[in-house]
Amino acid sequence: MTVIVDYGVGNLFSLASSLRKIGEPSLVTSDKTEIEQADRVILPGVGAFADAMKKLADSGLADTLKKVAAKGVPMMGICLGMQLLFDRSFEYGEHQGLGLLKGDVRPIVTDPALKIPHMGWNALSFTRPHSLFRFIKEGDAVYFVHSYHAVDCDESVIARAEYGIPVTAAVASGNVMGCQFHPEKSGDVGLNILRAFVSLKERDL
Amino acid sequence: MITKRIIPCLDVRNGQVVKGTNFVGLKEIDSPVALAEEYSRCGADELVFYDITASSDGRKIFTDILTETARNVFIPLTVGGGIYEVTDFDRVLKCGADKVSVNSGAIKDPSLIGRAAKLYGNQCVVLSVDVKRVNDKFTVFAKGGRENTGLDALDWIKRGIDDGAGEIVLNSIDTDGVKKGFDLEMLAAVCEISSVPVIASGGAGCIEDFITLFRTLPKVDAGLAASIFHFGEVAIKDLKAEMARNNIPTRIV
Repeated sequence: MTVIVDYGVGNLFSLASSLRKIGEPSLVTSDKTEIEQADRVILPGVGAFADAMKKLADSGLADTLKKVAAKGVPMMGICLGMQLLFDRSFEYGEHQGLGLLKGDVRPIVTDPALKIPHMGWNALSFTRPHSLFRFIKEGDAVYFVHSYHAVDCDESVIARAEYGIPVTAAVASGNVMGCQFHPEKSGDVGLNILRAFVSLKERDL
Repeated sequence: MITKRIIPCLDVRNGQVVKGTNFVGLKEIDSPVALAEEYSRCGADELVFYDITASSDGRKIFTDILTETARNVFIPLTVGGGIYEVTDFDRVLKCGADKVSVNSGAIKDPSLIGRAAKLYGNQCVVLSVDVKRVNDKFTVFAKGGRENTGLDALDWIKRGIDDGAGEIVLNSIDTDGVKKGFDLEMLAAVCEISSVPVIASGGAGCIEDFITLFRTLPKVDAGLAASIFHFGEVAIKDLKAEMARNNIPTRIV
């Protein structure tokens, strides 16, 4: 059973549908006990970092997530959910994140001719092999919508996308993983990443 | 690098896909859900669902279809038609839409763009504009192209972007349904002033029209069309293969 953490940020319909499509039982919940009992956890999110972090902290879910991560439960942050895993974000000020991954979240600074947000389909280039990618191949395109990305995270980055600069696309450190793109909106490639995530075994991490 | 997007548009009325020429003479085609799945399989990068129902019964059928589509199709979905209030944004986003396109609703109440952008983020708000030349001026039309608003299109688009529109769909009424190619002159003028992605709509008749579009106007981010895809005149797989041959960045599935 995969738990999708519901903390009042963003639309979880597509994410839940994508798990149903790959045959993975899922539960959308904000209940701490249910999250703690999950086989794996997905942290979604769209919108502003500070708002989302405040919601996680005020509800006590930030602590639950840290506890679950420390237990070794596979955890995947998606889009803003991935950014929340890092130490800090500099989106409208400086804000603490969950601190589960080393690094900061900063604005994408690139060629001024390129539009921000970085929005649309872009190819993944792998920086190291990872089990999350076992059903996809180098160069497969996934769907991004974001203006900020993780930096100073060389230890955890597993894929980048080229957008004038290398944009951090996916990260992993042990059981804690993240996709800056939306696997639930990335066609078969995205479904195959989710399929890999839900079938991860301890030896894969 | 970000690929150029190919976007089929499905006009939905009474639960079925329709497409007219110059906005009149509607003809019914197929089940929207089946068509959406097929397009996704063939490599469509995004889908636009346009609700052209007037009645509240029809609106319910539309949201049911949208829900069913979002359960089965995993590419971005944009919804337009009948969006007059932020509650309309909420209604379609809950059914699995990713972006919401406003047209007449924003003309009626321009504050809608800013209010929606604040609630759902700029990336969620698409400003769709139907434009026609009137006395050599690009002029905004409302109500499916029937009503001249007198608004200057470039001013209107600039204002929409300032208010928070994250994307522009430019539909040229002058070339819509004519199948002689996109309105490159109008698109060039809009690209010149737009800091957000511009989606070209209206006029595509064959694969070559898309190639010409992206080669002539590299600033255009996406090409949108309806009937040529619905009637099989242009197969998305062939179109994308041709784009790749012309070194236009494209996603091949």
